[in-house]
Amino acid sequence: MAVVFAKTKMLCEKPFHYCPGCTHGIIHRLVAEALDELGIGETAIGVAPVGCAVFAYDYFACDMMEAAHGRAPAVATGIKRVCPDKAVFTYQGDGDLASIGTAEIIHAATRGEKITTIFVNNAIYGMTGGQMAPTTLPGQVTTTSPYGRDTSHCGWPVKVSEMLSTLTGPAYIARVSVHDVPNIKKAKAAIKKAFQLQMEGKGFTLVEVLSTCPTNWGKTPQEALMWVKESMIPAYPLGVFKDVTAQPATPEGGAQ
Amino acid sequence: MKQLMKGNEAIAEAAIQAGCRFFFGYPITPQNQIPEYMSKRLPQVGGCFLQAESEIAAINMVYGAGGAGARVMTSSSSPGISLKQEGISYIVGAEVPCVIVNMVRGGPGLGSIQPAQSDYYQATRGGGHGDYRMCVLAPGSVQEAVDLTQDAFDIADRYRNPVLVLGDGLIGQMMEPVDMDKVADRAPAADLKEKNWAANGHIPTEDSPRAIINSLYIDPQVLENHCKRLQAKYDLIAANECRWQEEMLSDAEIVIVAYGTTSRIARSAMRKCREKGIKVGMLRPITLWPFPDAALRKTLSTAKAYLVLEMSMGQMVDDVRLAINGERPVHFYGRTGGMVPTVAETAAQIEQLAQSIAPDDGTCRTEFEKTVRGAAEKIDAAAEVVGKKLDEAGKKITETFNSPELHKKAQDVGKQASDFAVRTADTVAKGVTELFGAIGKAVESVQKDLKDIEQQQKAESDESEPPKDGGKEGE
Repeated sequence: MAVVFAKTKMLCEKPFHYCPGCTHGIIHRLVAEALDELGIGETAIGVAPVGCAVFAYDYFACDMMEAAHGRAPAVATGIKRVCPDKAVFTYQGDGDLASIGTAEIIHAATRGEKITTIFVNNAIYGMTGGQMAPTTLPGQVTTTSPYGRDTSHCGWPVKVSEMLSTLTGPAYIARVSVHDVPNIKKAKAAIKKAFQLQMEGKGFTLVEVLSTCPTNWGKTPQEALMWVKESMIPAYPLGVFKDVTAQPATPEGGAQ
Repeated sequence: MKQLMKGNEAIAEAAIQAGCRFFFGYPITPQNQIPEYMSKRLPQVGGCFLQAESEIAAINMVYGAGGAGARVMTSSSSPGISLKQEGISYIVGAEVPCVIVNMVRGGPGLGSIQPAQSDYYQATRGGGHGDYRMCVLAPGSVQEAVDLTQDAFDIADRYRNPVLVLGDGLIGQMMEPVDMDKVADRAPAADLKEKNWAANGHIPTEDSPRAIINSLYIDPQVLENHCKRLQAKYDLIAANECRWQEEMLSDAEIVIVAYGTTSRIARSAMRKCREKGIKVGMLRPITLWPFPDAALRKTLSTAKAYLVLEMSMGQMVDDVRLAINGERPVHFYGRTGGMVPTVAETAAQIEQLAQSIAPDDGTCRTEFEKTVRGAAEKIDAAAEVVGKKLDEAGKKITETFNSPELHKKAQDVGKQASDFAVRTADTVAKGVTELFGAIGKAVESVQKDLKDIEQQQKAESDESEPPKDGGKEGE
């Protein structure tokens, strides 16, 4: 009997701790498959964040380091400088990367640090119980914006992909979503390309993945997927914001 | 061959010679020559220097590189070291070896850029959050900074724990002759094992499983076990790595405790005081943690007092007091904020202490003491004179009371008084008798007059007596 589906060997046997309807599991799998398919997984080194993915070191079947909140790009920099031939990646959420870790991500990007960052954006602090994130949408209710995010009071969402794509150091920056199958396929292609360009030594690569948080959004898994499609994508348009290998140098789709 | 080198540059070269190939740092005075030197030298030896966007990023890069198994170093000065504390706590928790250099400057806050030792607490108590210790090496010369920096890499690898080299602006900026040939291409210590724990993207084996470099233990019981295991490691460091230097301690009544820059000042002051015959010695901690408690307690056999000299408001003095445990007085002298104590003021402190512990032989040592003592002597003399006079007066009074003349006179007076009293009493009694006699005569006279009057009245009433019956009274 032909095997039509198998779990990727780049994921450990440990069951995910993520909530029902959370898309971290899908994203983990895409990263693991990309590493495996490129043949760089066994010798990859990953850096886990502080946030819902804090236990990522239990799931990816490669050497892993756990970083302090926001510092994953600096930790990955240290690793990559010691192991320049290995695939090095960080897996970070929006509080970790777009708030407390802004300095680290911007400088890793502008140095053209040859690492891949998987940036999971679900517009909220998940692990700590649903507080307002730098990526929380205007009007969005969270435990620290109970009247909805008031932009006159606490500003606007940070658009990480757009911002980092203005720098010279990044080789590839794309925003994808995993709310349906066609988008999951596109997301995997983007992640795979990011790792490929890293291994080719092109520079810093980042894939922003729009993700769900049904628990803290107060939605069912299905409603959460619809909210990504209907509310998040208009605020965070999908596309490739930077690709140094694109011909010619016009971004495909993104950078609206 | 010895060459003249600045402390910062010598430390950087020593690190390279000890196999350090990675350096991450951020500019801050007074340690800038370390990153500058590294940026020039590391590419020449196939290493990597990277100027980080912040001290926070630098220490996290150190964590990554150390976690990947490399010999790695960062350096900074006080405010920058404060920023690194988060990373240091994670590095200790995840058991990653690395070397950190702190060229201490005056604090708190932005403070100054001059040398200080006011980061002692931060260095020896951990500095970041959680239960932890770091081996802290405090060089007192450029040569020692070189030697200790090289040892630091071995100690860090041996225990999988960061090691802090604690200098100050003076150690960093000062030029001294150093023997770099002695430390060239220094091999790691023979006891060090392969880093089979490193997250370097290796294919897992039985000896070297998949690496997880981590400080997160969400189950409190597991974390407690982890902390107990770390503590056992710190106990081992305390037992094996403690270093100190003893100078002129064999007969020392005064023991100076000083490290790094202040130990040099203390040494000069100590020699001056020795020339004056003061029995003073010095114990110089080379490891600030572990602190040389046992060595310090041995000095109790001769020591009468301790003097701790620091470029701070007094931090190591706590550890000295803990070691001495109240058995002797522990004095402190310090300058801070970038001020460096002079040999003269330190020597004055030692002399003052020597006087306070010396037995009193009656000699005056200061003008004030002379004045006070002069005044006291005069008061004593005056009191003696007054006392003598009082004694004399007392004697005279006693003699007078005891003299026979006085007794005779007293008897005469007594007799006279007695005679007088008898005479007076006779006179009074006579007078009273006479008075009563007169009163009696007067009474008799009055009684006689009354009798005469009565008889006269009776005779008059008999001549006009009415008839005994017939008449009606009042008609």
